[in-house]
Amino acid sequence: MVTEKQAIAPGYCRLSFKAPHIAGTAYPGQFVMVYMNSGYRHLLPRPFSIFTRNRDKEEVSLLFAVKGQGTELMASAEVGSLWKISGPLGSGFPALPEGSLLVAGGIGLAPLAFLAASIEKPRTLIYGARTASQLICPPGVLDLPNLEVIEVTEDGTRGERGTAADLLLGLLPGPPALFACGPGPMLRAVKTLCLHSGTPAWFSVEEKMACGIGACLGCAVQTPKGYSRVCREGPVFSAEEVFNND
Amino acid sequence: MINPDLSVNLGGIELASPLLAASGPFGYGHEYLERIDCSALGGIIVKGISLKPWPGNPPPRLAETASGLLNAIGLQNPGLDHFVKEDLPLLARAEPRLIVNIVGCDIDEYAAVAAGLSGLEGIDGLEVNISCPNLKAGGIAFGTDPAETYKVVGAVRRQTNLPLLVKLSPNVTDITIIARAAEAAGADGLSLINTLSGMLIDIETRKPLLGNIFGGLSGPAVLPVALKMVWQAAEAVKIPLLGMGGITTAEDALQFIMAGARAVAVGTGFFYEPEVISQVKEGLENYLVKHEIKALGKLEGAARKGGIINGAC
Repeated sequence: MVTEKQAIAPGYCRLSFKAPHIAGTAYPGQFVMVYMNSGYRHLLPRPFSIFTRNRDKEEVSLLFAVKGQGTELMASAEVGSLWKISGPLGSGFPALPEGSLLVAGGIGLAPLAFLAASIEKPRTLIYGARTASQLICPPGVLDLPNLEVIEVTEDGTRGERGTAADLLLGLLPGPPALFACGPGPMLRAVKTLCLHSGTPAWFSVEEKMACGIGACLGCAVQTPKGYSRVCREGPVFSAEEVFNND
Repeated sequence: MINPDLSVNLGGIELASPLLAASGPFGYGHEYLERIDCSALGGIIVKGISLKPWPGNPPPRLAETASGLLNAIGLQNPGLDHFVKEDLPLLARAEPRLIVNIVGCDIDEYAAVAAGLSGLEGIDGLEVNISCPNLKAGGIAFGTDPAETYKVVGAVRRQTNLPLLVKLSPNVTDITIIARAAEAAGADGLSLINTLSGMLIDIETRKPLLGNIFGGLSGPAVLPVALKMVWQAAEAVKIPLLGMGGITTAEDALQFIMAGARAVAVGTGFFYEPEVISQVKEGLENYLVKHEIKALGKLEGAARKGGIINGAC
């Protein structure tokens, strides 16, 4: 059931769902499949990383950009409406060591906000986007103990000016581990920096999905060992496993 | 009234339920068997197995379309040895009957896979995929040509005594010619239809949406096409038919039965509703009870009876 809807900014939405099983068992980096309430118009459920989890209220929330028919339907969901959601699915992030660096590009913030909330020891989040209006984290979500948030925009309209990768140049090597999610070009740049600096890194990636549980082999991503399933072996992969084909 | 009888015999395979998982979407069973109630499932047709592992197509492999799904997985599979060692033991223990779908790049490969599967505990039948439209060098040539169909089905037939289904491609001018060729070569039943060949273009990148350019269309969008081909095949051959193409409800399944199918399979429907099989089974039973029909078999080809003459098209 939808318990809360936040139209954060034009083109972005956050939905909270009452989902006791998912809220009780999910760990950061895992995702859910949201079934569309539209009959045959949309046959496939849509995958979304878990953005926040509240065990006490038995709720999880999803943060998404409204960019297709499925997300448009979800953005028009009413509070109190019933949606079918399956999860938690996939293999998420490994445990977050103290002093880790988290790098989020745009809507890629979703899995990293959940990860950032998993410990209270010091860690740093670089949160980047092209422009200020794309830094759409709802207020309060990143107000976590000992979390340093560095905002960066390519046009300098908020926070530092430049890309997340630009900022990383000054921060690597050093952190024991790096965790990232965002657009492909950003992840490729981050991967290069991590490999050069010897920083272990994990990326959350996305691909179109159908079953979400590993049966259909629709969400394949190329790795050195052949195709892996984003829904089962992923969505979190080590930096060495992905973005090798360029 | 007592519970209606849903059991059927599909070319020598005794099925407690006429509802099967179609080859492809259900993978090798593990994922769905541990998540859904499979008691309503009469059989599982596993994803196509080749002699050696096949890597599959580059992503993206999926695209949703109006009431349909376009896919180009590329018959990715772990190969015969891996299947027999890793997948078969679990599947053999599962309640539903097990039918193994086999693929090949040439006739020798089909025959080798069939030989490798013969005599193994837990396998109840084979389904020969002569129709997958995804592989540039694969099955398409067999399923669109009656002579090639006859050759490959015959080669598999000589390797096995297992009940043999042949899965037909809809991407042909006349399905009845291929259906007859498969029957003549020794098939015990026909599965139809496989996916319809198609493509989509991303207008922003101005490129084909699928990594493989072409894919196969499935889902409710293809149901009328599939139904017509089942109807035509039922007219052309004497062996039983396994109907599939866009089934998500009991009403859909009943149409296939009435067109002449002995049993039906669900594929894409699992993505739309993972519990689809339980729902379809309940709907079938309700229909039979409501109409006071003791056994589903009584409805096989029901729409064809009474001197109906084929339409002009």
